[in-house]
Amino acid sequence: MSNLLTVEHVRRTFPRGGGEELLVLDDVNLTLKEGEIVGLLGRSGSGKSTLLRLIAGLSLPQGGSLSYMGTPIVGPTQGVAMVFQSFALFPWLTVLENVQLGLEALSLPAREMRERALAAIDLIGLDGYESAYPRELSGGMRQRVGFARAVVVHPNILLMDEPFSALDVLTAENLRTDLVELWGNGKLPLKGIILVTHNIEEAVLMCDRVLLFSSNPGRVASEIKIDLPQPRDRTSPAFEDYVDKIYVEMTARRVERLRQQQAQGAASIAMPLAHVSPNQISGLVEALAAAPYDGKADLPDIAYEQELEVDELFPVAEAMQLMRLADVEGGDIKLTHMGKRFADGELNERKEIFSRALIGNVPLAAHIRKVLDERASHSAPKTRFLDELEDHMAEDAAEETLKTVVSWARFAELFSYDDDAALFSLENPT
Amino acid sequence: MKILPPVSIEARRLLPSKWDLLAAILVLGFLVAFADASRFLVHPLSSITGKGLVLNPWDLPGYALRTSLRMLIALGVSLGFTFTYATWAAKNPRAGTLLVPLLDILQSIPILSFLSLTIVWFLSLSPGRIFGAELACVFVIFTGQAWNMAFSFFQSLRTVPPELEEAGRMFGLNAWARFWRIEAPFATPPLIWNMMMSMSGGWFFVTASEAISVGKTNIALPGIGSWIAVAIAQQNLPAIFEAIAAMLVVILIYDQLLFRPLVAWADRFRVSSEPSEEAPQSWALTVYRRSRLLDLMTAPFEQMMRWSYYWHPPSFGLKAAVREVNSRLSDIIWYTVLALLGTFAAWRVGIFFVEANFSWSDAATAIGYGFITLARVMVLIAIASLIWTPIGVYVGLRPKLTAIIQPVAQFLAAFPNNLLFPLVVSLIVFWNANPDIWLSPLIVLGTQWYILFNVIAGASTMPQELRDAAENFGVRGWLWWKRVALPAVFPFYVTGAITASGGAWNASVLAEVASWGKNTLHAHGLGAYISDAMTAGDFHHVLLGTIVMSFFVLVVNRILWRPLYWFAERKFRLT
Repeated sequence: MSNLLTVEHVRRTFPRGGGEELLVLDDVNLTLKEGEIVGLLGRSGSGKSTLLRLIAGLSLPQGGSLSYMGTPIVGPTQGVAMVFQSFALFPWLTVLENVQLGLEALSLPAREMRERALAAIDLIGLDGYESAYPRELSGGMRQRVGFARAVVVHPNILLMDEPFSALDVLTAENLRTDLVELWGNGKLPLKGIILVTHNIEEAVLMCDRVLLFSSNPGRVASEIKIDLPQPRDRTSPAFEDYVDKIYVEMTARRVERLRQQQAQGAASIAMPLAHVSPNQISGLVEALAAAPYDGKADLPDIAYEQELEVDELFPVAEAMQLMRLADVEGGDIKLTHMGKRFADGELNERKEIFSRALIGNVPLAAHIRKVLDERASHSAPKTRFLDELEDHMAEDAAEETLKTVVSWARFAELFSYDDDAALFSLENPT
Repeated sequence: MKILPPVSIEARRLLPSKWDLLAAILVLGFLVAFADASRFLVHPLSSITGKGLVLNPWDLPGYALRTSLRMLIALGVSLGFTFTYATWAAKNPRAGTLLVPLLDILQSIPILSFLSLTIVWFLSLSPGRIFGAELACVFVIFTGQAWNMAFSFFQSLRTVPPELEEAGRMFGLNAWARFWRIEAPFATPPLIWNMMMSMSGGWFFVTASEAISVGKTNIALPGIGSWIAVAIAQQNLPAIFEAIAAMLVVILIYDQLLFRPLVAWADRFRVSSEPSEEAPQSWALTVYRRSRLLDLMTAPFEQMMRWSYYWHPPSFGLKAAVREVNSRLSDIIWYTVLALLGTFAAWRVGIFFVEANFSWSDAATAIGYGFITLARVMVLIAIASLIWTPIGVYVGLRPKLTAIIQPVAQFLAAFPNNLLFPLVVSLIVFWNANPDIWLSPLIVLGTQWYILFNVIAGASTMPQELRDAAENFGVRGWLWWKRVALPAVFPFYVTGAITASGGAWNASVLAEVASWGKNTLHAHGLGAYISDAMTAGDFHHVLLGTIVMSFFVLVVNRILWRPLYWFAERKFRLT
């Protein structure tokens, strides 16, 4: 069977201030065959949405090649249609006009345009809403308009950029099953679908193949084929096995690197820190310490029960690993001795433990504290540390890392920060 | 940031209500009173004419300083007016029904008419001294700034989230504390943007009102405006360029030391949990914040404010029923006072018109000229829109270009374009061109930039995903403009066009009559009509022209701009 889409060695960078470049995608390979749904799964910042925009021809790669049915993609391609996370409906057009927009661009005769648009509206279950404006519709109905608008141009490839993530759980599930059903019945005028998501279960539910992306820069870390017949049952053991397997794959690599660095004492201030609040850490520690986990939990289980998305859970788990409040291994998370003490402690004891964890395990926090201790004024401007971080990482990563350290240090009362004056100091406001 | 238009957009009805009529009569009565007073006052001033002003470049910084000080004082007064008037209008529904139409009438009056009608009265306050003239100048700038700011503040106060208000009540904050802690901060970001708009207009009027002759009264207050007037009389082009350069520097300093810090500071008052993508920065603000001296200076003031919050008015344990009677009583008093005021104003206006002995042909002439100026304003706004909308969209969709062009457009809007009039006029004189046509562009010279930077702002806030969607579905060319770009910027364009049109009417008073040395160019129009009457000291015709112009402005706002604004808000606003 021929490939609908081939992506080879694709590389994409974004210009940064000061002539630097931020590498977002590096050596990405991907194929889409007829009749397939391929999932791109990864955390935010793994460049999967960037890849989707490249496939849609909305931007161009710096290296490598993309081709659609054998012809290189050099701009927006007829035959590739996209569904957007925020729906991207035009608020000044009615449902019918929104759906017709893509047909107008094809300069079809008015009658044919209308017939095709009505057929698509009918297919997606929007009958009766033709003259409504998007603002009058619920999120689920809006995304249906997004699907109808994409399907009406009879594309060969449908690109979906986290299409369900802006919807509530019930609506999202309803829309997913409808879509899988239409696809299974062969009613959709499509040959292949690419779905970008950060929801592991969604990927396992809908896709034939899932590509796991690693972040910074985005690469395809591994590929998992989902060999389950449709419709799939979320509660079947085989389904859960796939979910577990993906969890392990997604955590293993990063945590392993972190652990190695810590073991070798190679952890440096140049480690980017994702924004995780002390409250999130406390919350997860408490949940872990309590029944039914009693200090140890399966990541998919705790994600499901605490209603945490992968994007929310992983950074917290990693921060806990970094501060040695927990050990993450093989899809499990386990509280350390320190973590247990933290869970049992009163607020002041928690602050104490947190403070020691920061000094001992987060080199940047220790570094800032040291600089402040040494200076006569016990204060230092933000730029002092920001410049230092920017030697090692991109501008916004540096900002985020500093912001994270500030929120941790505030909780631990390690040092304080005045945002108005952009000044670090040891003073506590009285 | 959203800029609110400087006209009343509250009520959506088309026809004037009885409150609009009362407001019109009151304002008219007020103007008539001034005009009347002017006739009986002696013309006391001859010492402040421009004869003493020598075009010495070394004096220019001093003149620039005086001009900008006038501006600052007027800004302070406008702020005081905004805080009291707009708050009163928003808090007291009874007062609001009158105060809002009143504001709407006031904003429709050409600013220079205020000057010509009130200057003699101001001068009489301190005969023979410069003080009265200074007051008049500040008053004119005030009238150019205050309405817009008050509208913005009023509209913000009406949209304070109820949960903030309720939180304030639950913590027992008194009305005064609620105002400073909740309402004023909430209304600050739009107020500051509208203040910048006001300033832009302000520079225009400060320079226009420094040198002015009303009848036999000639005034030339030391400042950039008088400098320009003398330079025009002497046909001194280098001096005009020097003044332009000085003005550029002044505006730049204002921008860097006052507005940029204000905008950056006001960012903290935005009520939204989302951080702004690009928090506004200001080096000056950082300096202010780190300065201990400033802390020391403001500390006592802050302490005073804090004390004032603790103060609770004694409650007399009034029962609701008592308050009810009370409110009915104040209703009676309020309406009686209004009725008396209205009758008195109507009577004065009546007397004035009888005395003035206007013939129907007088009114017909003014109205005819009104239509000419209307046509001029509309045609030029249309031309400016045709030029600047596509350019604004093009620029707004390119962040790098926006970062360069947007401040330039704002700067150009702030620049008092009347300083540029002599350059254009000298060319018209040189080529002997038709003033009816070639003076026209002057009325949108300054205000066209409002269209440009509003459209840029609109295009740059268009979500990336919408643009991607259009591109993905192959929407290009005219279809793209029709379905995507123009609808997306439309609400912003309307705000820009409303501001531009208001500014154009005002500018017509200066632009339809312009001189270069001994050559005075005349275009036909209501602006020229008012301007001529002003020069002749003919208050009756100034007032007649003013009334006609206000009427035109109000009607155009009612039947064109306000419906367009709501249509745009309803249909095209991206939220």
